[in-house]
Amino acid sequence: MVNLTIEGRPASVPEGLSILEAAKTVGVLVPHYCYHPGLPVAGVCRMCLVEVEKVPKLAPACATSVLEGQVVHVHSPKALEARKGVLEFLLINHPLDCPICDQAGECELQDYTFAEGRADSRLREPKRFTPTEDFGGDVLYVTNRCILCTRCVRFMSEVAHDPVLNVSERGDRAFIGKAEGEDLTNPWAGNVVDLCPVGALLSKDFLNKARAWELDRAPSICTGCSQGCNVVLETRDDVLVRLKPRSNPSVNHYYACDVGRMSYRTFNRRDRLQQPQIRSGRGLQNVDWEEALAAAAKAFAGRRVVVVVSPNLSNEALFLLERIAARTGGAGVFRVSQGPEVPLPGVPDLALREERAANATAARMLGFTEIGALNGVLRDGDALLVVDDALVNADASDLSRASAIVLVGTAMPDILAERAAVVLPMANTAEEEGTLTNLRGRVQRFMQAKAAPGVARPSWYVLGDLLQAMGGTEQYYLPSDVFAAMVHTHPAFAGLNYHALGLMGALAPDAMATVTAGGVN
Amino acid sequence: MGYPHKSHERESPVLSQYFGDPEARTLAGWRARGGYEALQKALAMDPQEIQTIVKDSGLRGRGGAGFPTGLKWSFMKPDGKTHYLACNADESEPGTFKDREIMRWTPHGLVEGVALAAYAIYAETAYIYIRGEFTEPIMRMEAAVQEAYAAGILGANALGSGKRIDIHIHRGAGAYICGEETALMNSLEGRRGNPRIKPPFPAVAGLFGKPTTINNVETLAAAPYIVKHGAEWYKQFGRADNPKSVGTKLFSVCGNISRPGNYEVALGFPFKDFLHDLCGGALPGRSIKAVIPGGSSVPILTLEESESALMDYEGFAAVGTLLGSGGVIVFDDKQDMVKQIARLTRFYAHESCAQCSQCREGTAWTTRIMERISAGYGTSEDFDTLLSIAENMSGKTICVLSDSCATPVVSGLKKFRGEFEAKIQISRNKVAMPGLPTPPGAPSRASAA
Repeated sequence: MVNLTIEGRPASVPEGLSILEAAKTVGVLVPHYCYHPGLPVAGVCRMCLVEVEKVPKLAPACATSVLEGQVVHVHSPKALEARKGVLEFLLINHPLDCPICDQAGECELQDYTFAEGRADSRLREPKRFTPTEDFGGDVLYVTNRCILCTRCVRFMSEVAHDPVLNVSERGDRAFIGKAEGEDLTNPWAGNVVDLCPVGALLSKDFLNKARAWELDRAPSICTGCSQGCNVVLETRDDVLVRLKPRSNPSVNHYYACDVGRMSYRTFNRRDRLQQPQIRSGRGLQNVDWEEALAAAAKAFAGRRVVVVVSPNLSNEALFLLERIAARTGGAGVFRVSQGPEVPLPGVPDLALREERAANATAARMLGFTEIGALNGVLRDGDALLVVDDALVNADASDLSRASAIVLVGTAMPDILAERAAVVLPMANTAEEEGTLTNLRGRVQRFMQAKAAPGVARPSWYVLGDLLQAMGGTEQYYLPSDVFAAMVHTHPAFAGLNYHALGLMGALAPDAMATVTAGGVN
Repeated sequence: MGYPHKSHERESPVLSQYFGDPEARTLAGWRARGGYEALQKALAMDPQEIQTIVKDSGLRGRGGAGFPTGLKWSFMKPDGKTHYLACNADESEPGTFKDREIMRWTPHGLVEGVALAAYAIYAETAYIYIRGEFTEPIMRMEAAVQEAYAAGILGANALGSGKRIDIHIHRGAGAYICGEETALMNSLEGRRGNPRIKPPFPAVAGLFGKPTTINNVETLAAAPYIVKHGAEWYKQFGRADNPKSVGTKLFSVCGNISRPGNYEVALGFPFKDFLHDLCGGALPGRSIKAVIPGGSSVPILTLEESESALMDYEGFAAVGTLLGSGGVIVFDDKQDMVKQIARLTRFYAHESCAQCSQCREGTAWTTRIMERISAGYGTSEDFDTLLSIAENMSGKTICVLSDSCATPVVSGLKKFRGEFEAKIQISRNKVAMPGLPTPPGAPSRASAA
């Protein structure tokens, strides 16, 4: 360990750490642009210059290692003056079009200029103008706003191992260039938009949709695949507008793939189930919750209940469904859609996984069986409980043996429109809270980002009530109650505590053994 | 020899003694002039012995920084790692053209120096990085290397010593910044020629991540003479009262001067004599106004300042400038210093590698202000802005290109303030430049019309 003083605060940090990282440990932010903890150090923006006692020149905090006894001044007049100079240089050719820039409000150039920059400009010449370029994929490059920190270039070459971007030209004519004939269509390319500290790289999907300060944000887990990337769901007026990665060094570092980024759209679908319904002579009729739950319980009475679940359901929902199946001597099955695995080469154990579902791991841990097709699942007289599975590729003969079909879901599968006896609307992942288990057995919490439509209720709430209507005695008031019951019932989750999961999650005990053996953490 | 003129008696031609002699270019001719004797001698010595001789000789880097060469070589220890030698023949500093002549006339001298140095630093591979515009020197060097391989001077068994020495010639693509040692290494590796952050220094992790020594052409070309004649012989060149600067140095002289060309003098030579005696002084009917003594990156001197200078590292430092690369640029009374300085800044703005914010934006901004002043649209506020920009550009970047751009502006503003003021006076009588605020005191467009 090395002991040094940063802004008068004593710090004790491992050898070889940069001053910038050391300052973070004592709560001092050294302003910077080109430095990013996930990328190789470039040391080019010169924003992080700090004064180190007994060193004549200012030192770049990102590229200077800590030394025993060092005394570092981050906000000394000399360092502030240097940063003011850098900010002035960065702004002379910057269009200052914050009012129409998507990055405004979450722009580091804006923030630092507000904090430390000059109030006026000394530039008397016309600004340089360079046209905006479509980089392909989801990325738009607004050249004029670029400060050439090269984070995007380094990400594409060192992390994505797809060196499509480069710095072209020299001097103030320099810009981020794209390799001739290539487009930014790498499945991880969307990360350059997050990495860009200014409004130079923008998401075309998010373009002009919202101002940063209008957004509400909720920490969540991406449901695009079984990797379980930590993400932030951003909403405006109760509509999801963007999904961004949230840093978790054990899962996704700082990144999310483009499939995950676009997956937020599914949570905005408009054909949602909003009201509990039961089938009568005139088709499905809206009823209240008590009536619907009673009807479902009645349909299940004395029957073996076969549960077809979506592998995106929370651990809590899956646990309650496992209870329902166990109570009636039934069975639980699920289907997982597959896609090609797309790893991010520069980060160990991070990929868009083949298994395109968030919680198939927990489904297996709770005893659900993975199936390919629905035929053969039902015996004559079984009751069928479908929970948010879209029943893709199912045909009528698969369902014909069911005595009754109850749907708990977010939307109505076509095949059930004429068959479901009871329909119970539930919230989707963005509308409730709970936990998910990723492919490495990491149990992670997700928070509610927006309100559910109509009178739809969270899945654990609906299924808890259903279990009670079927004669169960447990009462669950919070998802944490369900989680505690699951931990109590299933040794695979032993020792976990809902509140202790925090925002980084924790490994399930079984997973811990296999993961340690495999050398992955 | 004051090539292309006749050698002046007060010169001390060592490196330049065969300039203009086509025979010296060939292997046979070079051998007839005592060539490769030093290498033969060196290969029989222990590398550390050579390092000591060069250290004792007081030879300092001739590329500009003046770092003691022997000390630099002594960083390379027999540690079993792969070492590299890089010879910096990019010679891109405006006003400098000494390495070009060394390569044109005595290519074998450089090959010998490179081979010797490679052996002295425990390297088997050396690269000579030549700027792409040097078509003739590249041709000469390639021919010399080929001859040296054919004669067994280079290769697996260099001069029969059993030591391996390979020399590769690499042609640059014409970027000024590739003369910066770490940018040169990036360029050699096939990357964009951007300077690297130091540390790590090249002696620790240089070319391809391996310990590397990088020397200028003139430094390496001097090494064989030192090994051949000994450190004491080399020390005789120089003034007695300054043992820190010894040996001979080539100075390239250009601009408004009677006899432009390369001159080799002992360090410590009085600049007044150099300028007026060796180089013949001003052109007829003109008078010299300013001198840049060491390539465009060093502070400008007035004639008076320069005449008091002694031509060595300390002597130039005493008058507030640097020996630099030895590229002497002379300006006479017909020159517009504002325009000349604007031209220099334009060069740096064009050549900035665009990594550091201060350099990328600062060089271009400085240029735009300088060109505006030069065109007669300046205001007196611009002087303060220029000095403030220069301050923000100095000592804060990865390499010194940014500082080099600020230097002529600061020294020019200090020493030729009158010429800058005169430009402002012009602007008072002009209408505003389209798209720009009206300079104070200038009539508005409406009243002019």
